[in-house]
Amino acid sequence: MKKKINFIIIFSLIIFIFITFIIGLNKNSTYTTANIKNVNIENFKSKELFSDEIINFINPNFKKKITILNIWASWCLPCRTEHEFLINLSENKEVILVGLNYKDKTENAKSFLNELGNPYEKVLIDDKGLISIELGAFGVPETYIINNQEKKIIKKYVGPIDEIKSKEIESLVKS
Amino acid sequence: MLSHLGFYSLVFSIFFSVCIIFLSSRSVYNKVSKNVNIIYSLIFLQLFFVVFSFSCLVTAFLISDFSNITVYNNSHTTKPIFYKFSGVWGNHEGSLLLWLLVLTFFLFLFFVNSKKQDLKYKLLTVIFQEIIILGFLLFIIITSNPFYYLNPIPKEGLGLNPILQDPALAIHPPILYLGYVGSSLIFSSSLAATVNKSVNSNWAKDVKIWVFASWIFLTLGIMLGSVWAYYELGWGGFWFWDPVENVSLMPWFCLTALLHTILVLEKRNSLKNWTIILSIATFSLSMSGTFLVRSGILNSIHTFANDPSRGLFILVFLFFLIVLAIIIFFLFTEDEKNTSKGFFLISKESAVLINNWFMMYFLSVVLIGTVYPIFLEVFTDEKISVGAPFFQKLMIPFLIPFFIFMSFGPRLKWIKDSLKKLNYYQITIFIITLSASYLIVKYSGVKYLFSVLLISTSLFLVYNSLRDILIKSIQFPQKISHFAFSILILSILINGIYSKEFNSNMKVGDEIVFMDKKIKFKSINFEEEVNYKLLKGNFEVSEKGKSAMVFNPEIRIYNQPVISTSEADIKTNLFNDNFIVFTLIQESEIFNVRYQHKPFMVWIWISIVLLAFGGAFAIFKNEKKN
Amino acid sequence: MKTINKIFLFLITIIFLANTSYANLKNERVDKISKNLRCLICQGQSIYDSQSDFALSVRDLIIKKIDEGEKDDNIYKYLKLKYGDWIVYEPELNKNTILLWILPLILFIFGGLLIFRKVIIKLNKNNV
Repeated sequence: MKKKINFIIIFSLIIFIFITFIIGLNKNSTYTTANIKNVNIENFKSKELFSDEIINFINPNFKKKITILNIWASWCLPCRTEHEFLINLSENKEVILVGLNYKDKTENAKSFLNELGNPYEKVLIDDKGLISIELGAFGVPETYIINNQEKKIIKKYVGPIDEIKSKEIESLVKS
Repeated sequence: MLSHLGFYSLVFSIFFSVCIIFLSSRSVYNKVSKNVNIIYSLIFLQLFFVVFSFSCLVTAFLISDFSNITVYNNSHTTKPIFYKFSGVWGNHEGSLLLWLLVLTFFLFLFFVNSKKQDLKYKLLTVIFQEIIILGFLLFIIITSNPFYYLNPIPKEGLGLNPILQDPALAIHPPILYLGYVGSSLIFSSSLAATVNKSVNSNWAKDVKIWVFASWIFLTLGIMLGSVWAYYELGWGGFWFWDPVENVSLMPWFCLTALLHTILVLEKRNSLKNWTIILSIATFSLSMSGTFLVRSGILNSIHTFANDPSRGLFILVFLFFLIVLAIIIFFLFTEDEKNTSKGFFLISKESAVLINNWFMMYFLSVVLIGTVYPIFLEVFTDEKISVGAPFFQKLMIPFLIPFFIFMSFGPRLKWIKDSLKKLNYYQITIFIITLSASYLIVKYSGVKYLFSVLLISTSLFLVYNSLRDILIKSIQFPQKISHFAFSILILSILINGIYSKEFNSNMKVGDEIVFMDKKIKFKSINFEEEVNYKLLKGNFEVSEKGKSAMVFNPEIRIYNQPVISTSEADIKTNLFNDNFIVFTLIQESEIFNVRYQHKPFMVWIWISIVLLAFGGAFAIFKNEKKN
Repeated sequence: MKTINKIFLFLITIIFLANTSYANLKNERVDKISKNLRCLICQGQSIYDSQSDFALSVRDLIIKKIDEGEKDDNIYKYLKLKYGDWIVYEPELNKNTILLWILPLILFIFGGLLIFRKVIIKLNKNNV
């Protein structure tokens, strides 16, 4: 009798482990920070790229509904490919685009924007990368969609913006 | 052409598996032996076809036949011959073919070498092993076919990653697989003996060789992986508690425990059920390891191409095998309650049990640490990391009692011994080691008092193992392996506690003082080799009263594929390794320079080889006796 | 030398030594913390080993936080808040991980009991 009980216990344990692994298989194993729960956006100050003034990120004068914060750098290749989508998005009337220039040289950043166009209302400098850490970003490019009224992050994109994501952003803005 | 031949050989092998299983089952059921010769021929034929298939793949690699997709993905015309050959198993599909080759070869060896054994037991082993072989054949053909055709045939291959072109890494998989597959035979043999109700000391005598052989190969295979990581990756570490590494360590703990338990079974005809359980566990861990690193369920830098569908196949196959094993175990094992002898507290048998106790504990730490994140993610959607600090914190404290037990255990007699062994002499020696380590720790300024206990128990173990060498009644293989193990542990401890590292940014011409050494970044040269360009750094490390050491680490930039690697310059001698590696900080003239001083590093490798030698001696002694 | 100069020199030396030893201690702390963190760009390397931009920024951040007087735990907490628990190699002890830390120990005790039983059988047999 004891044997039977042991058998049932062990068999159930194996089934349990087996099912857990099957479920685990279907989960994506590369880590992404896109779903981190921290949604509050805090203000930060930095130098603006063109005017050299120190300004706040959150500006009470921002009358638009949504801020798109895009972290980019001139040495980052995917940032080039996503740039046209950013320019398209900047034409949306309800959106204000703010750039955060990550660990870059100002001359290179300026020539990047001269060459490909400047979709940003303002570009803040993050030369040591500390602001990006404060935002929970770890690489370039990353993009945050922020609701200005509630000062909350609605969505975060890790990696370059493409056609699909661009459309997603536009529908997020409309709602 | 080659691909077709290779592929159809595998298909034939499936046919052979089915025949063998059918014929063997019939023989066992009807208790007739008339088909034995046919079965023998089929086993040989199957081996032949698998060898042939493997040779097709090898040939395809050696002649750079890029019509074969595996060759295309993993080879290149300019690769040296040796690495073309090792490229065969440096990928998922090829490595499975290697598994299959060893599986069929070991079965053939087993069948040929066990002429004097009970036929029913032999055939049962064949059946179980063929089930495993069949599973692998199906897995390869359905999900991991190495013989896919590419049309149009590309002119050049993709596979020229320079980090993988290293001798240690080239032979690491085959040696490791010999260990894993050996455990498959132990598994089949254990289940066969269980069904045959012949789990006894005679069976132990025969299976012993397979246990030792698997253990030796697994030990060496793990060592080769660490050697490669140390010399090639250049961070000075040799064990990172990465899931793939853990997955090779887990069967090792099991196999070490089994190695000791099988001796109890042989000498005292005891611990039958536990031996079977360990055999099943070892193979299950080997197979689970295969699952974990090929399915994409775990995140690691070592993983093969991740493919959940392959993972699902292995998982189902593994589940099937384990359930089969459990059913057989519960159906056929005798209740040991009435026949169980129990052990005296002070006896070799109890010492073996204590060894197993600790081995199982270490196994559970590594197992739980490796798979817990999977469970947590399934149930709570949270991802956590379980890294080195976890494993170290849970394992290191337990080493202290383990070393003390290991200092006495091997010397105990079978059945019953007395505590008189713990005489004043031993206690004195222990106090001496305690004091010695206190002085060592105090002199070198290491903060933990904990280190004192660790080093002293480890020194105590070294002393006792050394003394055991002089005792005639203890077997030679045991003496060598235990002594080697004590040296291994001591080297790892000293290396871990006393390694010094210096890490700083330097420009050419900088000189920095580190402890009692001066590190000077003298110059940098730009050179070109056949397939890479390199920046060779020229460093001088000088210490008062000793001649300066010159280091030439390199930063290499390969042409195809475009990869940049840092090659450390490691100066090894019997007492320590000195190690410099440097990397370029982007967009600047500054380099990040790392200098490490690692005492007794080379003894880690020497002691592991010695450890394996002990096992090899055990096999030779056994063969001589027969 | 006048006494006041001696005292002055002594104080300067103390401050200098304190700063250098603080710097060494700080370096050790930075190294210890960076070894315990994953680099999210070069996955498989620690922040200590990696030379990626992210790793360099995190090291700068650690130095900044230590200068601000933060304890190690708070630094880990901050980074976990931004990047999730996964970034720290050592799993902290909380309700999610209690089973992780305790289970091996429970198994160890369980194993000990099994051995104990085996030895007791012999003792009982002998006494019978």
